[in-house]
Amino acid sequence: MNKPRIQLMLCGGSGCQATRSRKFQDALEKELERTRLDQEVKVIETGCNGFCAVGPVMLVQPEGIFYQKLTADDVAELVEEHFLKGRPVKRLQYVEPASKETIPNMNDIPFFAHQKFRVMRNKGMIDPEIIDEYIARDGYFGAAKALTEMSPEQIISEMKISGLRGRGGAGFPTGLKWEFAGKSPGDEKYVLCNADEGDPGAFMDRSILEADPHSVLEGMIIAARAIKANKGYIYCRTEYPLALHRLDLAIKQAREYGLLGKNILESGFDFDIEVYQGAGAFVCGEETALMRSIEGKRGMPRPRPPFPANKGLWEKPTVLNNVETFANIAQIILNGGEWFAEIGTETSKGTKVFALTGAVNNIGLVEVPMGITLRQMIFDIGGGIPKKRKFKAVQLGGPSGGCIPAQCLDTPIDYEEIAKVGAIMGSGGVIVMDEKTCMVDMARFFLDFIQDESCGKCTPCREGTRRLLEIIEKICQGNGEQVDIRTLEKLSAVIKNSSLCGLGQTAPNPVLSTLRYFKDEYIAHIVDKKCPAKRCTALLGFKIDPDQCKKCGLCFSACPANAITWQKKEVAEINREKCIECMSCYEACRFNAID
Amino acid sequence: MPTPAQLHHPDISPEMVSKIDEVIAAHLKTEGAVIPVLRLCQDIVGYLPMLLIDYISYGLNIPRSEVLGVATFYSLFSLKPKGRHTIKACLGTACYVKGIKEVITRISNEFNLKEGETTPDRRFSLEAVRCLGACGLAPVLVVDQDTHGGVSASQLKSLLEHYE
Repeated sequence: MNKPRIQLMLCGGSGCQATRSRKFQDALEKELERTRLDQEVKVIETGCNGFCAVGPVMLVQPEGIFYQKLTADDVAELVEEHFLKGRPVKRLQYVEPASKETIPNMNDIPFFAHQKFRVMRNKGMIDPEIIDEYIARDGYFGAAKALTEMSPEQIISEMKISGLRGRGGAGFPTGLKWEFAGKSPGDEKYVLCNADEGDPGAFMDRSILEADPHSVLEGMIIAARAIKANKGYIYCRTEYPLALHRLDLAIKQAREYGLLGKNILESGFDFDIEVYQGAGAFVCGEETALMRSIEGKRGMPRPRPPFPANKGLWEKPTVLNNVETFANIAQIILNGGEWFAEIGTETSKGTKVFALTGAVNNIGLVEVPMGITLRQMIFDIGGGIPKKRKFKAVQLGGPSGGCIPAQCLDTPIDYEEIAKVGAIMGSGGVIVMDEKTCMVDMARFFLDFIQDESCGKCTPCREGTRRLLEIIEKICQGNGEQVDIRTLEKLSAVIKNSSLCGLGQTAPNPVLSTLRYFKDEYIAHIVDKKCPAKRCTALLGFKIDPDQCKKCGLCFSACPANAITWQKKEVAEINREKCIECMSCYEACRFNAID
Repeated sequence: MPTPAQLHHPDISPEMVSKIDEVIAAHLKTEGAVIPVLRLCQDIVGYLPMLLIDYISYGLNIPRSEVLGVATFYSLFSLKPKGRHTIKACLGTACYVKGIKEVITRISNEFNLKEGETTPDRRFSLEAVRCLGACGLAPVLVVDQDTHGGVSASQLKSLLEHYE
């Protein structure tokens, strides 16, 4: 087979598929066939590229030219101009918003240039559905080294040197976890991979599984060798069909190549992996609940100790790590723990993958070295806040995390430093909020989530989170009282101290962190009966301020209920009887004239 | 408890019954089989009528309470029939920040349809789902298999018109 002249790495991640990358791909393949270029130019569907904001995206190799926002209509021009005549199409390339300059090369785009790729080193570079492409980039070399040259003790000691900490959020040292499970007596042990990514606004694990599934399998093989386990499970969300499909395929290929199954690489070591589909329960991300769920029961946590390292799945010693943790392991074994620890801070080593979303220009998946500041991540990589709005807060760690305000933006990304400002590292969801976000409403959002997902086993979490939600809802409705703030704080402390598992223990965090930094907004809701961000409908007047109104009629055309009367050169007026409080006029108005 | 030797239910055809029997037979010896069996059966029928729960419990020889316990615990399983079209509104934080709440309210008002419910004519079911990971397109609405990004309350009507 001849090596193709041009390789087109087209992103097939969920984000790009949602922006119709499939349609583009079909059109592209047809056009290449029509122009008889299909032998020279090869289209390869890769996993998530990371730059979801401008999807569908495509990287042209070996030139490294990056195309964005592709549609089927662009195909003819692209093939004719670039692939036939060698003239890259400028209008489909990235334009730097500030300088309006076109940047053709992917590595020069600020979004990519400030990142450090380790876990995601293969993203967009290989076809995730072909094992040979993974192997060609040193894939399974780490597993081979671990199986044939290293003893389990050596693997664990290398892991300890690396300083890798669990990427699921809690940050427990991985080497230590393995050591406990390795020393735990028993012939039957398990290695579990937690791919039950449930935090709203987080999609790191899904992207890794879609882009590089073999890296996770390899990490699991090494872990199994270290603790002497022969069976592994990947517990994956059922909402991730593409990730599930690629995992199944990857496992099948690994078995064919003798990398899973009996006597792996002639080392005498047996290990096999099965994928277990979750059924939609957030609490199953908690380790003991996850194990219950694999056993086919209601996924409810149990008190620890005994820890899973001693009694886990089916009461056998078990190691459970997160997808990203496993994706780090092969490189640590291959390059050494010291190599890994070169990057990072005193207590947090290596890189961390974040899902950057919300009110930020460059939405997508980013991998950064530990120790850079939140400001660098949001403004240098993320490209700042859209629509010239002001930054208000960044939410880290999902429902268990907290909101970090502007004055703390120079906090470095480090487990301990982030905890100091009232959030947690978490699994990697980063949600940027601008001035249009109401922090009380945000706390309500997370509580609503937690309250819904509480498994109901322990009272503080089941009842406490519901009471918290009721109080916050009351405040959002405009019926809050001064004493509510005190009650929120007291109740939060009780829930934190007395809940059974991590879900309940961290459930009040969104309330506590917003109370810590945005108490004035709570007070505005309670005392002035106003929502400064204009999000809580009960506190809005739905009145047009004649002094601010520019008589443009935007609100008039936006109103779906015909509740606004307006004529040219006249101030618009809202008829409260017809108004359905849908907020369309608030969104439409550019002059902040509706109060 | 009656032993449902045969599955007689308006929503379950004889072909479905034989498929269900195959699923149960394939999982008889598997540990922790309840969740996969429920999932596969729901894929066949569309939802899980109580009679089917009984049938599975009998077939797997697992107490009915345990099967129902699992079926009610996980949000994937539905004991009520679904509409011809399922509208999934993403409740991820990014979508929330960008206004999915207004979109949901509008659907509720327009079709008299609450979250997790189905319209009486079984045209639409409305589900609020966890982050779909298409945060770049927020707010996101998925109707059947089609993902609609950047949805605003005002364009809903024309968007949903196509689904009869």
